[in-house]
Amino acid sequence: MHVIVEGDRERMARFAADAPTRGGFSFDLCQRNEMLLKKGTQLPTFRKTGTTIVGLVFEDGVILGADTRATEGPIVADKNCEKIHYMAPNIYCCGAGTAADTEAVTDMVSSQLQLHRYATGRESRVVTALTLLKSHLFSYQGHVSAALVLGGVDITGPHLHTVYPHGSTDTLPFATMGSGSLAAMAVFESKFREGLTRDEGIKLVSEAICSGIFNDLGSGSNVDVCVITRGQTEYLRNHQLPNPRTYVSSRGYNFLKGHTEVLSTKITPLKSKVEAPAEVDAMEE
Amino acid sequence: MSIFEYNGSAVVAMVGKNCFAIASDRRLGVNLQTIATDFQRIFKIHDKLYIGLSGLATDVQTLYQRLIFRHKLYQLREERDMKPQTFASLVSAILYEKRFGPYFCQPVIAGLGDDDVPFICTMDCIGAKELAKDFVVSGTASESLYGACESMYKPNMEPEELFETISQALLSSVDRDCLSGWGGHVLLVTSTEVQERTLKGRMD
Repeated sequence: MHVIVEGDRERMARFAADAPTRGGFSFDLCQRNEMLLKKGTQLPTFRKTGTTIVGLVFEDGVILGADTRATEGPIVADKNCEKIHYMAPNIYCCGAGTAADTEAVTDMVSSQLQLHRYATGRESRVVTALTLLKSHLFSYQGHVSAALVLGGVDITGPHLHTVYPHGSTDTLPFATMGSGSLAAMAVFESKFREGLTRDEGIKLVSEAICSGIFNDLGSGSNVDVCVITRGQTEYLRNHQLPNPRTYVSSRGYNFLKGHTEVLSTKITPLKSKVEAPAEVDAMEE
Repeated sequence: MSIFEYNGSAVVAMVGKNCFAIASDRRLGVNLQTIATDFQRIFKIHDKLYIGLSGLATDVQTLYQRLIFRHKLYQLREERDMKPQTFASLVSAILYEKRFGPYFCQPVIAGLGDDDVPFICTMDCIGAKELAKDFVVSGTASESLYGACESMYKPNMEPEELFETISQALLSSVDRDCLSGWGGHVLLVTSTEVQERTLKGRMD
């Protein structure tokens, strides 16, 4: 039996705090951050995807669309980010809201779906993804601020859902989310009909996203589209580029070598690492 | 006042032809008072992987220690160095774990991956990754750095030209930010060597 003296226990507790955790959030710094807030400092702005994301059901599947702007307050943090996230081979999900939350929540559910597929040997269903997402979001009462458009085709046909940060969901033939949702919905409301063809669908989705890009300041740059049909998924990254860079000088700035004043220089040559022979890998298999 | 403005910082990374550079300012302040002028914000993870941490200095150092610890555990278990992409995911996971009580750090990760393909990436303080092909910035001088890099950056620069470009972008940006500056610290990494330089800058 191990006798644990007081000092040891303290040391072990400290070690456990540093060791890789098993998931879930840590609230270690909350008290300190609360104290800093009380002293008058502001919390930093998180990266948001002040976004236009849309989806619609067409004759043989689902089309999702998104703009590609990420913002931090009024600053454009990323001009070409990806907002259509992979969930399963037959399911994709557009994310709006706090970028870290949409990324984390979709990654988490997509790995749960993968494990579920390994266990069952069947294609994932859209409702499974929907239930996993909404139960996570509901349990955090809207503090995990992810607004999603979930679309996919499974054994029961094409499905399109919207998920709100508090965990409520809608099932719709066409949907929009994010700060540009009104601009995009205006296009859908005037032009959507049932039984659109693939090309008509892509055109309408692109038009709705462009409406968000040009009328909503939180959305911008390019149009990403994802077409999901039975047994096939097509991710059209940067399907349209309506805002190319026009202000780059063809020559650019040239700085002469030695132009910058340097105080000290240290050069370290790198040794190349020795590669282990392939046989070793075979033995470890 | 934002908590990022307590100490002040500027970090930038740029990609060149089979190389990358990462640079930071050297000031550590408490609000408007300067405490140190040789503060380190860029840390080595392994020979070809570096992380620059802008933001609150106390969190910068805590986070660095946790990252080094996790990278050493990885080295022991896997008997190899982490790929930059893997490391970026690790940093992102560590930051997102503290989603509701974050570290006040904005990391910039730069490294050479397989076949010496450069990789750069930045995150917000809760781990939202932003992968870029050209340059990434963070810190109190980030707004002016965006502007400087946007106009000075050119694709496929050779190491010497990359050094001059990143240095000029950094120096001109921190001159427009009260909270960062006092010279710069630049690391230029190619597949064969690492060049570490300290820059002379304004001291006001």
